[in-house]
Amino acid sequence: MASVAQAIRMALHYGEKHLGVKDVFGQDVGAPLGGVFTATQGLKTAWNTPLDERGIISMAMGIAMTGDRCVAEIQFGDYIFNTIDLLKIAGNTLWCTNGQVELPMVVMTPVGAGIFGSVYHSHSFDAWASRLPGWKIVMPSNPLDAYGLMLAAIKDPNPVLYLKSKALMRHKGDELIPGEPADEKELKAMIDKPVQNSVGWKARWPDLEEYIVPIGKGKITHAGEHITVVTYSRMVHLCNEVAEKLSHEGISVEVIDLRSIYPYDWQMIKESIAKTGRVLFVNEDTEVTNFGEHLAYRTTQECFYQLMARPRVLAGKNLPGIGLSPNLEKNSVPQHHDIEVAIREVVAEVP
Amino acid sequence: MSKKTTVKPAAKAASKAAQKAASKAKSAVKAKAVVKSAKKVTTKKAGNKSDFGGLSEDLLLRMHDLMVKSRVLEERVIKIYKAGEGFFWIGGPGEEAFGVPLGMLARKGQGLEYDWMHLHYRCTPTMIALGMPMIEAVRLMMNRATDPSTGGRNFAGHYCFPQWNVAPVTSPIEVQYPLACGTAHAQKRAGHKSISIVTGGDAGTAEGDFATCLVWASRKGQELPVLITVQNNGYGISTPYEGQHGETQIADRAKAFNIRSRVIDGTNPVETYIALQEEMDYIRKTGKPSFLEVKTTRLYGHSSADGANRKTDLFDPVMEFEKKLLAAGILNETEVKKIWEIYEEEGIKAQEQARGEPSPAAESVWDHVFVNNENADWRKF
Repeated sequence: MASVAQAIRMALHYGEKHLGVKDVFGQDVGAPLGGVFTATQGLKTAWNTPLDERGIISMAMGIAMTGDRCVAEIQFGDYIFNTIDLLKIAGNTLWCTNGQVELPMVVMTPVGAGIFGSVYHSHSFDAWASRLPGWKIVMPSNPLDAYGLMLAAIKDPNPVLYLKSKALMRHKGDELIPGEPADEKELKAMIDKPVQNSVGWKARWPDLEEYIVPIGKGKITHAGEHITVVTYSRMVHLCNEVAEKLSHEGISVEVIDLRSIYPYDWQMIKESIAKTGRVLFVNEDTEVTNFGEHLAYRTTQECFYQLMARPRVLAGKNLPGIGLSPNLEKNSVPQHHDIEVAIREVVAEVP
Repeated sequence: MSKKTTVKPAAKAASKAAQKAASKAKSAVKAKAVVKSAKKVTTKKAGNKSDFGGLSEDLLLRMHDLMVKSRVLEERVIKIYKAGEGFFWIGGPGEEAFGVPLGMLARKGQGLEYDWMHLHYRCTPTMIALGMPMIEAVRLMMNRATDPSTGGRNFAGHYCFPQWNVAPVTSPIEVQYPLACGTAHAQKRAGHKSISIVTGGDAGTAEGDFATCLVWASRKGQELPVLITVQNNGYGISTPYEGQHGETQIADRAKAFNIRSRVIDGTNPVETYIALQEEMDYIRKTGKPSFLEVKTTRLYGHSSADGANRKTDLFDPVMEFEKKLLAAGILNETEVKKIWEIYEEEGIKAQEQARGEPSPAAESVWDHVFVNNENADWRKF
């Protein structure tokens, strides 16, 4: 099975071969490194930029303005913050020009904690991203979705932010990408750059097929009856594991992988809450003005009389950063135990 | 506040001509024919080459005509602002001698084979030279639904004309500079010898985006066909040049990146025309960037925020060029009067027409958040 990094690489290859992507660029994205997470190794159109995040976003905007398709990378989401006003402009360009100027660009960046990356390699960006009107924002949790959401992002005529979890880059899924060889060693031999003697190496790409995960469509990753847990990206795995554990105690948890932050799959959330009457929103961005708060607000507005318990948001603590020590990181963003406790609390609450 | 149209050109000579012209206004079509016939008989090279750089009389007359048109339009939109029919004004009176030649020389069209223009909000002269009718600037100023640039959503001078590769003007300063590298990258790949042109102010060069442009345009072996220009009018809103700069000339900064650069007198349309032509030719030929620091004036201050009043002590490039043409016998007083009259009349008519056009509907706020008006309202997901 492909890792998330390999899935992104294959999606970008599919993009440059079939979907008109002419540039994949960013810091260390081209040869020799092919991305610090190897997600751009071997790509025909990948090239290295100066170490200049604002330049990368501007370049993407300029290229997109001409109608050419591009995928730009900010090496770590932690360094995307100095481009926020450019992201704002990219998001408002269509609106400000009364529909005249489209920016069909994708910006991908690794986000979140989980790799003990300390203060400047653990930032989340989903709540910030949700305040960039005009952008679509996706956050895959597994390789197949990583592939399908990247193809959807490339095909979309709007700017799309593709937020990929740092901690999931080596994660392998349990579903094959259409066209991917079943033997992961074979895949590795085809598309992973050799660690030694890589001079002159070229990827041998599998005959990949188009597979689209529509932007705005969530997925139920664990069906349940007693509580709805709405999450995305890395937290999907933690929530699924907790749901599996609690199922042995007769607590039936429905986990929704939102997959897209904006637009988001409200109908899936709403239907699930109608069934369970209880909801917990889980993500790792900081808790004050968190995207989960928006969902909780909407829940109270539209599902209030169906609720059997107060909606809860479990998110990262409102701290200036994630400390390097595992003790600090684990006490900053939700862990299995935190999710389990929160679920138990909501389930135990009596109206 | 009165909605009555007023005609008060600020420059004295223009004022006299315009006031007389307003009272005896004839049809614009007829007046244009007069100017056209004047142009027809003056296609020979201008008499005094030291004054006019060997440019043809026809070219000089076209430049003058467009400079006057731009000035009259700017003064019209200032009047609209002062009459309470617009909320904010910012523009480029004083930059005609640079902006008009720039618009005349750009390869106008849509697509990668044509030049891309990343302008700032003082570029009305360039838009006029590209062929923008006055009414379009007036519609923008009066936030009409018919405003072709923004549909009534953005400020004066924030033009957007995709049919001419004119990128949308933004209020944050200097972000247009690295965007020009993006379009230039696509142009170079397409191989059409088209270029990207970027304009901006001297104060904005303090922004990191300016440095980004210099870096990305000049990487060895990956140089980009960008004409980088800075219109140095000596002020950043109210802060004088000396309060913001340590460098002697902004153009010197390009030298550190091995970008060819020079400083030109942006109040002299002949000098700017020749310099722009030379630099554009260089960029098309080499695929490399070039940098022009253009010394200009800011005749009505920064914007309506500081009053938008005429600074009578400043050099007026339009009136000075006109005087030169009159002195050389390339224009005569009657023709001058006619030109100002034509554009005053066009400006007044544009204001009257725009006044009768609809405002954007309130519910149109959701339009164009996403392409094809895909639902952007989370309440409807």
